[in-house]
Amino acid sequence: MARLLDVLRERLELTGTKEGCGEGECGACTVLLEGRPVLSCLVPLVQCAEREIQTVEGLADSVPSFFEQFVATGGVQCGACTPGIVVTAAALLVESPKPTRDEVQKALAGNLCRCTGYEGIIRALIEEAGR
Amino acid sequence: MLFGATVRSPIPHARIDTIRWQPEKAPAGAFCLTALDLPGPNGVLLLNDDWPILADNEVRHVGEPVALVAAASRLDARRALAAVEVEYTPLDSVLDLSEADPENPLAVIQLEHGDVERALGASDVVVEGEYRTGHQEHIYIECQAMTAWYEPDGALVVKGSMQCPYYVHKALVHALELPPERVRAEATVVGGGFGGKEDYPSLIALHAALLAKATGRPVRIAYDRHEDIVGTTKRHPSVIRHVTGIDEQGQLMAMDVDLLLDGGSYTTLTPVVLSRAALHAGGVYRCPNVRIRARALRTNTATNGAFRGFGAPEAEFAVERQMDRVARAMGLDPLEIRLRNVLEEGDELPTGQVLDDTTSARLCLEKAAALTDFRRRWSELEEERRQRADGEPMRGLGLSAFFHGAGFTGNGERRMRSPVKVALREDGRIEVFTAMIDMGQGSAVVFPQIACEAGGLTEDDLVFAEPDTARVPDSGPTVASRTTMVIGRVLAEAIAETVELVQAWWRGTKDLEEDLTVAEGAVQSPDGSSWTWREVAASYVKEKGSLEVSRRYEPPAWQQLDEETYQGVAYPTYGWGADVVEVEVDPDTLEVKAQKVTAVCEVGKAIHPTLCAGQIEGGTLQAVSWGLMEEVKMEEGRYLNDRLATYIIPTIGDSPEIEVHLLEQPYEGGPFGAKGVGELPMDGGAPAALAAVENATGIWADEIPATPERLTAWQEAGDVVESIAGEATKRSSSED
Repeated sequence: MARLLDVLRERLELTGTKEGCGEGECGACTVLLEGRPVLSCLVPLVQCAEREIQTVEGLADSVPSFFEQFVATGGVQCGACTPGIVVTAAALLVESPKPTRDEVQKALAGNLCRCTGYEGIIRALIEEAGR
Repeated sequence: MLFGATVRSPIPHARIDTIRWQPEKAPAGAFCLTALDLPGPNGVLLLNDDWPILADNEVRHVGEPVALVAAASRLDARRALAAVEVEYTPLDSVLDLSEADPENPLAVIQLEHGDVERALGASDVVVEGEYRTGHQEHIYIECQAMTAWYEPDGALVVKGSMQCPYYVHKALVHALELPPERVRAEATVVGGGFGGKEDYPSLIALHAALLAKATGRPVRIAYDRHEDIVGTTKRHPSVIRHVTGIDEQGQLMAMDVDLLLDGGSYTTLTPVVLSRAALHAGGVYRCPNVRIRARALRTNTATNGAFRGFGAPEAEFAVERQMDRVARAMGLDPLEIRLRNVLEEGDELPTGQVLDDTTSARLCLEKAAALTDFRRRWSELEEERRQRADGEPMRGLGLSAFFHGAGFTGNGERRMRSPVKVALREDGRIEVFTAMIDMGQGSAVVFPQIACEAGGLTEDDLVFAEPDTARVPDSGPTVASRTTMVIGRVLAEAIAETVELVQAWWRGTKDLEEDLTVAEGAVQSPDGSSWTWREVAASYVKEKGSLEVSRRYEPPAWQQLDEETYQGVAYPTYGWGADVVEVEVDPDTLEVKAQKVTAVCEVGKAIHPTLCAGQIEGGTLQAVSWGLMEEVKMEEGRYLNDRLATYIIPTIGDSPEIEVHLLEQPYEGGPFGAKGVGELPMDGGAPAALAAVENATGIWADEIPATPERLTAWQEAGDVVESIAGEATKRSSSED
């Protein structure tokens, strides 16, 4: 049974989506399935039939300013967690265009980052919402 | 391409009796390799080469590699592991420092400044404390991975996640007995390092290369998280004992420090970790008599290696908590004891180094205290704790002051004299060659900034070569907070020299009398003529041929450390910091929530303030969580929590708000005044977090992580602050 993550990375060569733990703990492999964040390491391909999947590559094409914001506020360091974080954050902004710090923390609670201390990520979202 | 996998020891210490490869039980075409198949010496060359590539007759820790397999897919490789049968005879094992043999250390360092015995005898109060820290896992989000192949001309190439391409290169040259020019190590973009990709990539690169050599095919090895936790290096656990003598004014008279690190089973980088630990063991305090005895002992646990801070966080955790203990004993608050003893310009470190005017411990302390209204709030929370009824929420505030020596310790930079090469290309752009990698710290941003500023160029005038040992010189590893300060400086010099040579030539060809200026990518003469840098440089190459400039780092002549006595100058400069951590503790469970950290750091010059603050933010969180929650749990040498579900690092929801304040006291040896900054924030978060728990609960916390289980045990055992104050009074009255 193929994992969505492997199909994206190996068959479609969309390597923006990262594997951090392979068991649904770190959030690095998050993609949007019908607009909702899912962990692609836990999604069997069969669940994706006829459904829309958006990865970080798609997001980069549609909202490049969002990425610039992450860079400007220090929301990116090594970048390994970043694809999962930006797709999750994009889904949050659809639901809540001006999120509070608390909402950001709830929405991103499943995405581990070891570099930033999360402050830059929070700044990116609060400031993006203020634009 | 084939996929490699690793057979690992399940036993902490054992003799290997047989290794049996049963190809009939493995997927078709699978391959197996053991220590018997190695073409050269069985050692990963780092400081020495006692770390086996594959265990030979004996395994010395759980997770030690015993055999390698390769197969057509990742899954097949995993299946092939089951076809390797290993028989072991278990041997006695040493599972922590309390069981380790002090007579057979991995490394020893002793230094003494003044006369500690006499000063302790003459002190008005003597305070003793013992502090413990545990393993810490790096948890970079990208696990270790490496691919190896042979080029048609027979050259070996490895490509993967690494901080130090030349460490990998040297290890391959050594173990495969190849000429250096036949080996290439190429670093990919690194998904987090924190020291974890300093030493270990040499081993995984060797594994991939050996399989590639044996099978004649490219081989990729990529660890999953479980294997990354079980197999790779960790922060050294420590046990550090302090005996401190104080006079009645609260001035330090003597510090006697006995520092033990758990070195694990092999040398790796332990002696230099121990060295940095010893050199930071006295903390940021002036003390005329200091003795530091530091030893790293062998155990049958993980190969402990590099981790952000490199021994300094362990040493500074102990000395900071000891200062809090001294404060309790003397009846002073944590700020007062520090202000009375903090190092200032002209003071001496235990090495005898006289500190210069970039010594900012007091500046950081006073700023952090002012920003948080520390003294008033700390005292109020002390009072609140004494008055508090059961079940009320417990809040606390803790302080730490810390420093970090930037660049390699002692004479390391002098031995390296790290080079940077720059070369003019035909299109007039300058190509920069260094071995430094960006693992998130931002050298890919900061280096262009430095080069533009040094040369009057724009980023479009520059190209940075990928860190590939076939193309870049050995400018040393991306470690030790040295990238910006050391290599950034050499880069600035090399660029300035190149620009000067080119503009002087241009002036000559144009018959101009006066010097030209180069600014923002334009070459301008005083008469108003102007050319782009690239057209000028391209003409140079067309007329004169290519231009290459190599510069090497020359450490200050006065940075000399006597490696026997540990007297001299260990670091040319230090970053300084002070943290105030605010916590709330659940009165029923003693679960600690860090709510806010105010981090004040003096960094020389913040070349890129956002990235610089990002280093402080990330390092501070890593330090606070090391202090409060991160724990590698072992039973009989086996890992109990080898997954992200069980080895807990902070989520965005667990994380405190981190407020960073950057201060600048330029260091003339760094580019534009910059000091190294990457490791500094790792030194202060843990002791400040535990001090805050103490302020909130009254529990004396001297071991990290301070989990609810430990705090409960200490509370039940009566380890509370009142007992420390009593202890000091008793001591002074018994001497009367």
